[in-house]
Amino acid sequence: MHELPITESILKIVLKHAEGNRVQKVIAIHLQVGKLSDLEDDWIQRYFDYLSRGTVAEGAKLKIERTPVMMRCNGCSASYETDIARMGDLVCPACGEKDGTILSGREYTVKEMEVL
Amino acid sequence: MEEIRLIEVKEEILFDNIKQAGEVRERLRKTKTMLLNLMSSPGSGKTSLILQTIEGLGGDLRLGVIEADIESTVDAEKVAARGIRAIQLRTGGFCHLDAAMVTQGIDAMDVSELDLVIIENVGNLVCPAEFDTGAYKNVMILSVPEGDDKPLKYPLMFSVCDLLLVNKIDYLSLSDFDIAVLRKRVLALNPRIIILEVSCKTGAGIESWIDWLKAEVAAFKRFE
Repeated sequence: MHELPITESILKIVLKHAEGNRVQKVIAIHLQVGKLSDLEDDWIQRYFDYLSRGTVAEGAKLKIERTPVMMRCNGCSASYETDIARMGDLVCPACGEKDGTILSGREYTVKEMEVL
Repeated sequence: MEEIRLIEVKEEILFDNIKQAGEVRERLRKTKTMLLNLMSSPGSGKTSLILQTIEGLGGDLRLGVIEADIESTVDAEKVAARGIRAIQLRTGGFCHLDAAMVTQGIDAMDVSELDLVIIENVGNLVCPAEFDTGAYKNVMILSVPEGDDKPLKYPLMFSVCDLLLVNKIDYLSLSDFDIAVLRKRVLALNPRIIILEVSCKTGAGIESWIDWLKAEVAAFKRFE
């Protein structure tokens, strides 16, 4: 639902790096987005296509890598992967403890870009 | 043919917002003004809670309110009618407040004269959870008619809050909402969260909320 401001930030970062590296054309942009985020890949691409018109990033393809939701057990400190659907009924696979702390899954990073 | 190069970027997409949220936090630490971000679905009782809070505080704390809505100023008008400084931000279609919008809000009020500023975020359990507003405390409301399954559907929101108010408990007898199940689900996501049961309509539980609020403001002023 908040794809537009996120996409604006992505474009800003991409153009900054494009300028610093004398890029003629951006081919692809690799993003890392945590699975806890509800971003819709199609919408980010659509907004990006619109916002990037007339820039070196016009036509660039966004490639989104989803990073897993990792929890740390508050009982035995073991780390384990979960997903949104199971987060309300967490159980540590090592000790059965129900309480956990989110370690990752909220990432929003521009990782790298392919350019000419 | 030209060769495709790979440029390493490794930049946080939300960096600008995180940075600005830090600036809001630093500024309010200096003026000793506690900023509280209030989030919930539409219609769960954010404005009613603010009105109950104004009454419950009875002038003990100097309060300001930042109202955010996609359109309309009805919420700010209700708050201002109680003699409280209220700023209405129209988000113009945005589904959440970010730190830049909050900065506009605090620019528009003299925060050095205030002990507490409450942000009434846009009614939405998804987007506001992702954007740091610069608030010192995050509070959410879940109302009984919404159901006890919401932590399963919106885990991020429940995991970023310091306190959960379960509102409209006067509806409990009319619904199949299971408060014990809700507590279990919320605490599994966020073991440190405080859960209070209230009814903004009957006033039940509001005293505990006011006590928590006063204690947090006092602690903030002492230690921050």
